[in-house]
Amino acid sequence: MIEFDHVTKTYGKNTALKDVSITINDGDFVFVIGMSGAGKSTFIKLILKEIEADSGLIRVEGKNVTSLSNRQIPEHRRNIGIVFQDFRLLENKTVYENVAFAMEITHQTKRSIAKKVPQALNMVGIGRYADKFPGELSAGEQQRVAIARAVINKPKVIIADEPTGNLDPETAWEIMALLEQINMRGTTVVMVTHAKDIVDRMKKRVVTLSGGEIVSDVQGAYNLNV
Amino acid sequence: MFRRIGYTIRQSFKQMGRHKSMAFASVFAITAMLLILGIFFIITINLNTATASIRQDYNNIEIFLLDSVDEKEAREMMTQIEDWENVDTVQYRDKGEAMDILKERWGDNAYLLDSLNENPLPNSILVTAVDLEKAQGLAQQSEELDGVENVRYYKDTVDKLITVTNYIQIGALILMIFLICVSVVVVSNTIKLTVLNRAEEISIMKYVGATNWFIRGPFLVEGIILGGMSALLAWGLTAFVYSRIDASFGEQIFAMLSMPLVDQGFLAFNLVWIFLALGISIGAWGSLISMRRFLDT
Repeated sequence: MIEFDHVTKTYGKNTALKDVSITINDGDFVFVIGMSGAGKSTFIKLILKEIEADSGLIRVEGKNVTSLSNRQIPEHRRNIGIVFQDFRLLENKTVYENVAFAMEITHQTKRSIAKKVPQALNMVGIGRYADKFPGELSAGEQQRVAIARAVINKPKVIIADEPTGNLDPETAWEIMALLEQINMRGTTVVMVTHAKDIVDRMKKRVVTLSGGEIVSDVQGAYNLNV
Repeated sequence: MFRRIGYTIRQSFKQMGRHKSMAFASVFAITAMLLILGIFFIITINLNTATASIRQDYNNIEIFLLDSVDEKEAREMMTQIEDWENVDTVQYRDKGEAMDILKERWGDNAYLLDSLNENPLPNSILVTAVDLEKAQGLAQQSEELDGVENVRYYKDTVDKLITVTNYIQIGALILMIFLICVSVVVVSNTIKLTVLNRAEEISIMKYVGATNWFIRGPFLVEGIILGGMSALLAWGLTAFVYSRIDASFGEQIFAMLSMPLVDQGFLAFNLVWIFLALGISIGAWGSLISMRRFLDT
């Protein structure tokens, strides 16, 4: 569960988020849409505690994010899987190592890593590329690696920041199918996107940000004109 | 815990393998610094030993006698000297004895002295003062005796030598501190280049939830290994060069200063620890500094 309770964040004179309150329940699939500068990135960065809120309260999985100390941030991020538009894979590590890495930082045994990584890679459909480097894969395949990395530690929440932004429509739908599959297993998915057709066809909860405020929170369709 | 150390060490070796030129540049920089430090260390330690051994002669006065003075007259002079204040011991040394001492000092080159037809050395009386400060007065008193050719007395030389040694030591210390700072900067910059190359990678690691120490670990170990390698390299080079110098010029230096160079084994043993301690701290310090900026949040 992710809760924002009257959260405000300003950068100098610019207000990125203004008194935002929202609750995203366990197992939800939420699209966050809005024009550039509407506050989408700020929304994600606050969840990850990459930045601090000026005021208000943020809770993720019952934990008060706003009061986390710097030392607690790594632990907090391990409970959230992240998928980026530009994949952000480690270029000099193989596909296997990229996914294994997320487990290594939690100091899990080699045996458990050797067991779970192939499972995750198979789940996203790229088990056969385990020994390849990210540069040798197509964009869609790289995004699958990123998703495998995001889910390997079984987080309660997946944050996807325009995960289809760099993909052609067909590949984008494959990625959406994967995210939906992950969501159906009970993982909360928060996806920031500009892709109108995807939002319209998925029929999920759509939160629209504009000028740092939530201007619409409806089930169903992409609508920036409210 | 062990798994974690294993991971860190494996990563640091992978890193070094992937950035060979950086690793080489760091090793080169630290080794060069340590070599310079090593040279100063060796000079300082040799000077210290030299000063200490000369200091032992500090309160000695050697009164060289004219050849016209025979041993009986010399003995009379000695009784006279024994009555002076501040005299500790008085001892007669004839020219034969003096020659034996000289031969011993010259060691392997002593055969050169055998070719002399006549012993050119004078007889002498050795006087030891009760304390260092009284030696000067005794020397002046001795010069006034009849039958004295000249009086050798070390205070001035020793004073000068000690002053020089002190300056050299202070200079060496300042230079060492300066060099250590320079090498930390060089190392932190070389490692920073590696870190810059990997800024993206580090940011990904942080997103996935890696702790700062987890990210820092491999870089720290890398710094330590590079520093340690440089230390051993610098040590090997120094020890080798020193042993060559000792083998080739040891005798000349001995003849010139009447004093051997500091023992190789002793020096090597001390130098390896000093180099390792310095190299490792420079490496570790350098890598921690270079990481700081990237781990702020």
